[in-house]
Amino acid sequence: MIFFDNVSKIYNHHSVALKNVTLKVDPKDFIFLVGSSGAGKTTLLKLLIREEQPTDGKIFLDGVEVTNTDVNDLHMIRRRVGTVFQDYKLLPTKTAYENISFVMEAAGRADAEIEEDVPEVLELVGLSDKRDNFPHQLSGGEKQRVAIARALVNRPDVILADEPTGDLDPINTLEIIKLLQKINELGTTIVLSTHNKEIVNSSDKRVVLLDKGEIISDKEKGKYLLI
Amino acid sequence: MFLTHLQRITKSGLLSYKRNGWLSTATVLVMVLMLFVIGNLIFMGALAGVILSSFESKVDISVYFLPDANEHTITSIKNEIETLPDVRDITYISRDRALELFRERHKGNQLISAALEEIGDNPLQASLNIRAKDPSRYAAISEFLLHKNYKEIDKINYFENQQVIERMGAIFRAVRGSGMFLAFFLAFIAILVTFNTIRLAIYTMREEIGIMRLVGATKWFIRGPFIVSGVLYGVTAALITLMLFFPLIWLASPRLAVLVPEFDIFRYFLQNLVLFSLLMFGGGISIGVISSLIAIRRYLRV
Repeated sequence: MIFFDNVSKIYNHHSVALKNVTLKVDPKDFIFLVGSSGAGKTTLLKLLIREEQPTDGKIFLDGVEVTNTDVNDLHMIRRRVGTVFQDYKLLPTKTAYENISFVMEAAGRADAEIEEDVPEVLELVGLSDKRDNFPHQLSGGEKQRVAIARALVNRPDVILADEPTGDLDPINTLEIIKLLQKINELGTTIVLSTHNKEIVNSSDKRVVLLDKGEIISDKEKGKYLLI
Repeated sequence: MFLTHLQRITKSGLLSYKRNGWLSTATVLVMVLMLFVIGNLIFMGALAGVILSSFESKVDISVYFLPDANEHTITSIKNEIETLPDVRDITYISRDRALELFRERHKGNQLISAALEEIGDNPLQASLNIRAKDPSRYAAISEFLLHKNYKEIDKINYFENQQVIERMGAIFRAVRGSGMFLAFFLAFIAILVTFNTIRLAIYTMREEIGIMRLVGATKWFIRGPFIVSGVLYGVTAALITLMLFFPLIWLASPRLAVLVPEFDIFRYFLQNLVLFSLLMFGGGISIGVISSLIAIRRYLRV
């Protein structure tokens, strides 16, 4: 499904974000990407949607080489990957509803489908009453939930979630993790980066630990013990 | 699919035009300024053209004939000169007509009337007044006449006024040339200011553009609404400019008529209204769209 083949990302010689990372994620996997901040988690996710290019190595998504895709075809890859960005990346001039409907419109979905699906995912993340609010009228946690809803709505093959619970309270965190697990059970591959030991340790999923740009452990049903 | 996209793009463009109210207003106002400058340049150009050609038409050369030259010969010379491509028109003034004109011009002057009475005979010469299409061609026309060596011709006043005529010609050419340059220069600056305003407007949305790319929008799906906004800027600005020009020109028209009676600017405006409106709308829309397309390019490379 996802394959990082000996990937390195070097910003400059003082700052090596990733070093010779090889990582394989199978379809329907659910993996936690853990590590302290600056370990390279976000860079790894950015590389998969070509927000950045690696300095070295190749990345594949379902056999398609992401690192070699023409800029004009990148949307094809990005539509198959739903991303929850650490900084949410909501469109400030669009309402919660429009932020979510935008990705469906861009993907060319029918109006009827959009009108049915968007309210549904808003309901799912508990924001039905905030549908017409602009991002600046939402709290951090609410913005994060809009971002999650946006990542889900196109039913992507893969969901990348970069600290998706960073701004949520424990109850919301638990619900979002449950939601992602349910989506995973329905067949979506999920890569989730987090600092939160509790959710990792209570989930019994594959855990990949990054440190200073290198993978230092990769365990099925792992625990997040270090640091 | 294409229609759905078109409809979504249009809707989104309209919405962003509305939501970015201040930015849209500012951009439209700058564009109004640009169109206003360009419009003024056009009117100035027309006015200058009228003034220049009225000056130019006052420059002519006269060929004077000896008193014994008969009308038949003069007519045949006139016909010959008329075949020259540089000649705009020729008027024949007979000796009698010349006297009549002279009398009329000096109606109040007792001394001249008395002198004319004294002479008894008509002392004036028949002449041909020649106007060239271009003041610089008088030399060639005069040379042609001189070369032909008609024995009936007494003198050609070009050679007397040569310096003045040449200088006038040079001034007309200089005014035309520098006026054109100035107009292009001002229009260029106006366009540049508009372009920069639009660039700034898009710069403020650069992050949004990047986000749209990252969540899977194609380049055209992102560009589309900006093009729609660009068209809207152009249309609004053109409408405002036209609405400004109507009362302004109407007010200016009688004042200008005092200075340049042969130019009715309001009539000129009405006569050219369709062309002028096309220019305003075309100029506004194309600057709006082209600036948007250029400005957005670099932010789409995500």
